[in-house]
Amino acid sequence: MNPKINLTIDGINVTVEAGTTILDAAKSISIKIPTLCYHPDLCVAGNCRVCVVEQEGVRNLLASCAVPASDGMIIRTNSLKVRTARKAVIELLLSEHNSECTKCYKNGTCELQTLAAEYKITDTTYVNLVPYHHYTIDNFSPSIIKDDSKCIRCQRCVRTCEQLQSVSALSVAYRGEHMKISTFMEKPMYDVVCTNCGQCVNRCPVGALVEKSYIDQVWDAIYDPNKHVVVQTAPAVRIALGEDLGLPHGEIVTGKMVAALKRLGFNAVLDTDFTADLTIMEEGTELLTRLSQALVDKDPNVALPMMTSCSPGWIKFIEHQFPQLLPNLSTCKSPQQMFGALAKTYYPQKRNLDPKNIVSVSIMPCTAKKFEADRPEMRDSGYKDVDYVLTTRELAVMIKQAGLHFDQLPEELFDSIMGQSTGAAVIFGATGGVMEAAIRTAYEIVTGREVPFDNLDIMPVRGMEGVKEASLAIEGALPEWDFLEGATLNVAIAHGLVNANRVMERVASGQCSYHFIEIMACPGGCLGGGGQPIPTNAEIREKRKEAIYREDSGMPLRKSHENPEVAAIYAEFLGKPLGHKSHELLHTHYVDRSEN
Amino acid sequence: MKNKNLKKTDVIFSCCVSGNEKFPILAGAIKKDPDLIIDEIIESGLKGRGGAGFPTGLKWKFAAMNRSLEKYVVCNADEGEPGTFKDREILLKVPEKVFAGMAICGQVIGAKKGYIYLRGEYLFMVPKLYEILDIFHAGITELGYDFHISILQGSGAYVCGEETALIESMEGKRGEARNKPPYPVADGFRNKPTIINNVETFVNVAMIQKYGVAAFKKLGTQDSQGSKVFSVSGDTPNPGVYELELGMKLSDFVDEFGDGDTKAVQVGGASGFCVPRRHFEETIIGFEGIPTGGSMMLFNSSRSMYNVLSNYLDFFADESCGQCTPCRVGCQQLTVGMKAIKNGEKDADYLNDLLKLADAMKITSKCGLGQSVANAFSSIVNNFKEEMIY
Repeated sequence: MNPKINLTIDGINVTVEAGTTILDAAKSISIKIPTLCYHPDLCVAGNCRVCVVEQEGVRNLLASCAVPASDGMIIRTNSLKVRTARKAVIELLLSEHNSECTKCYKNGTCELQTLAAEYKITDTTYVNLVPYHHYTIDNFSPSIIKDDSKCIRCQRCVRTCEQLQSVSALSVAYRGEHMKISTFMEKPMYDVVCTNCGQCVNRCPVGALVEKSYIDQVWDAIYDPNKHVVVQTAPAVRIALGEDLGLPHGEIVTGKMVAALKRLGFNAVLDTDFTADLTIMEEGTELLTRLSQALVDKDPNVALPMMTSCSPGWIKFIEHQFPQLLPNLSTCKSPQQMFGALAKTYYPQKRNLDPKNIVSVSIMPCTAKKFEADRPEMRDSGYKDVDYVLTTRELAVMIKQAGLHFDQLPEELFDSIMGQSTGAAVIFGATGGVMEAAIRTAYEIVTGREVPFDNLDIMPVRGMEGVKEASLAIEGALPEWDFLEGATLNVAIAHGLVNANRVMERVASGQCSYHFIEIMACPGGCLGGGGQPIPTNAEIREKRKEAIYREDSGMPLRKSHENPEVAAIYAEFLGKPLGHKSHELLHTHYVDRSEN
Repeated sequence: MKNKNLKKTDVIFSCCVSGNEKFPILAGAIKKDPDLIIDEIIESGLKGRGGAGFPTGLKWKFAAMNRSLEKYVVCNADEGEPGTFKDREILLKVPEKVFAGMAICGQVIGAKKGYIYLRGEYLFMVPKLYEILDIFHAGITELGYDFHISILQGSGAYVCGEETALIESMEGKRGEARNKPPYPVADGFRNKPTIINNVETFVNVAMIQKYGVAAFKKLGTQDSQGSKVFSVSGDTPNPGVYELELGMKLSDFVDEFGDGDTKAVQVGGASGFCVPRRHFEETIIGFEGIPTGGSMMLFNSSRSMYNVLSNYLDFFADESCGQCTPCRVGCQQLTVGMKAIKNGEKDADYLNDLLKLADAMKITSKCGLGQSVANAFSSIVNNFKEEMIY
């Protein structure tokens, strides 16, 4: 335990552990110091200078986010000196910022706007510097828009991209008045190593980095009487959507979300969970096939460990950074794209619709899904499999636009077909969830018995450590799987690309004995996705995680292979996992992007 | 020297490396108890010669007390302050003294590696410096002492003269100041305790070792002990590098170096203070008055102080690293604000807003760059208000 520090903040004595910043010390006695560049997920930058406070006897103000409390400090957070200086800093930021708030995508959710409102900045003293800068807007990416005229240079995005994602697509360029957040050679985001994960979007305090919104296109489709608009909702949306609609963190809103989507006018409200279950069937079979090829056929060319392919940010990351490991990726499309391919083949066939009239929309916790839907490989139905991807945040906007009182909506059920779900699919939204779902099914296929964990909860693969490892001994294998008898299945799970990078370096160097690896690009998995409600932090992600596992344990069906609609689609349409039709619609290939 | 009150000295450049006795200072120092050397430097009153004036002995004591096994000595030769060119002269004429000072520091704090962070524009010196370094390294090896000096080059950013930005640059990163604390003495280069001193400071240490504390203290005043190398430029018939005792009156300095029509002296470069003629008599150059890293720019009555200030502001707006709001945006606002007043787009009262802004920059900026913009700005604006407006 660290030694204790005693200090005084605004006349109140406070005792904190050594190493605590002044900001956190103030927070512990309910004094809020405004911040902009500070983010609890990131290292301290101390560059916006909004959080400055006065220390008695010290001429210069201190950045409270960066300076640790020390014994005997006398701090004032709201003295004349502080107020004057802080207001000057806010006014300076505004003078360099394109302050056309009413035309901004972040209008109402902008941290700088909130701060300006708190300080009632009605008339700025300083010269508007925007005309002096040649700001550019990069809207080439299907996922992210970068508008430099809104940027306040807090570098949250830069730190996110480097520290959480080890991508460093965004970095600081030039200096002084020309200093900006830029990409390699100032290329568009679309053309660099950006994975479209949107973690920067999730942490940008202003409108400089936002998702590319397709709300209007979706409304147009809904209003078009000739279109049949189907919507799928990802597992992690239902445990976070409420946050943007006035409900507390970690509230499960599945039923209300379905009701809202129906009221918005979607013709069918379906569930990505259905294809998550389907993914388990395909991917589980793929893993067992690879293991069989390696162990029985002694085929030296089988790519193991196999790695999950659900997370499009992760896919683009490996395509850029570890192209030599692309064969290790499962060929399964992500649940979104499996759904998209089926929404324009199986679905219209069953519902007697013309696929060309179907508009397929997905609600995702993710900005990379927008890029994924745009990939040229994702047109196996003969059409664009997923037409529009909306983030959780965009859905919340639509719900508000429609005037729905979300908290008062009744709970409704998903439509069918392609609307049925299991607990195994729900947990796809948390790091370790795909692994747990896969083990629940694969173990049962191999042994004929349920996984040997209480209540099917495979605790070793759960939790928020960056990299998790687990081993599962297989005993009592059924005759057709006897080559696995006595084998130990080694798995690893990583979330956040910085952790993915660590695991991949180990895999690339041949220093590990994993068979199966789950990777999610975002911290905490999809529940911490770039398209989820803002803000995010460890505490919020923990609450979302708890909600996901609560939803799982409350489901009547908890294993993917028990999903009756999954059984039906194999019987009626696909044949069998990894069968011909599956290959055509549900599997894909990847692109080596190491050259760009 | 025609002015009798101005005390010219010759300590820094005097040659002390002669004949057979190649490393007399160092040979003496390495036999000494490190604590004794620290006490001597503290006793001498030596303050950092880069401009900020932190007591050198104290700094070294902090680093020496740190129990890390890996420590570094860095010589800040990123001489970028406008109007300063004395480190260049020192490195060209007496680099051995700099090396010796660094090696003494290494011995005192327990560092085996020293780096000279050399201004990008001083590339031309590198071959010569390495030549002398080779001899130096051979010499200290002969003495049985383990200390190695390398040269790292800056890339021309003014902010890299700020010690933590300098460290970032040494580590191959973008030159941006770090948050302080921690200070480099505890957590510097590669996160190890690091002493960063100006070129001239290291020479002073070597000279204190050679001549003794008492001799050093004979120079200068109570608050500003020792001598200082000045870079004299501007409207002067005698521009150049001069070593003078600290604590002189600015009027004596102007008497010696002015052209008879001096209206202002900018003491300490763009980040220093502008002193108008009416204050020459009462202004002391030293830590009791206006400290300086050595830059003394003289302006005669033909000069527009508005242009002088605009020039500084353009410089700061360009050289701010851009990370912190007050410095990045504040410098731009001061620049465009002054133009707006001059053009009549803003009225004269706006000067007061800008003076307040400069004050805010002084107390909110992350590093010394933004904190010191107000020095030149406020001293020029307050002393030459009419020139700013009309």
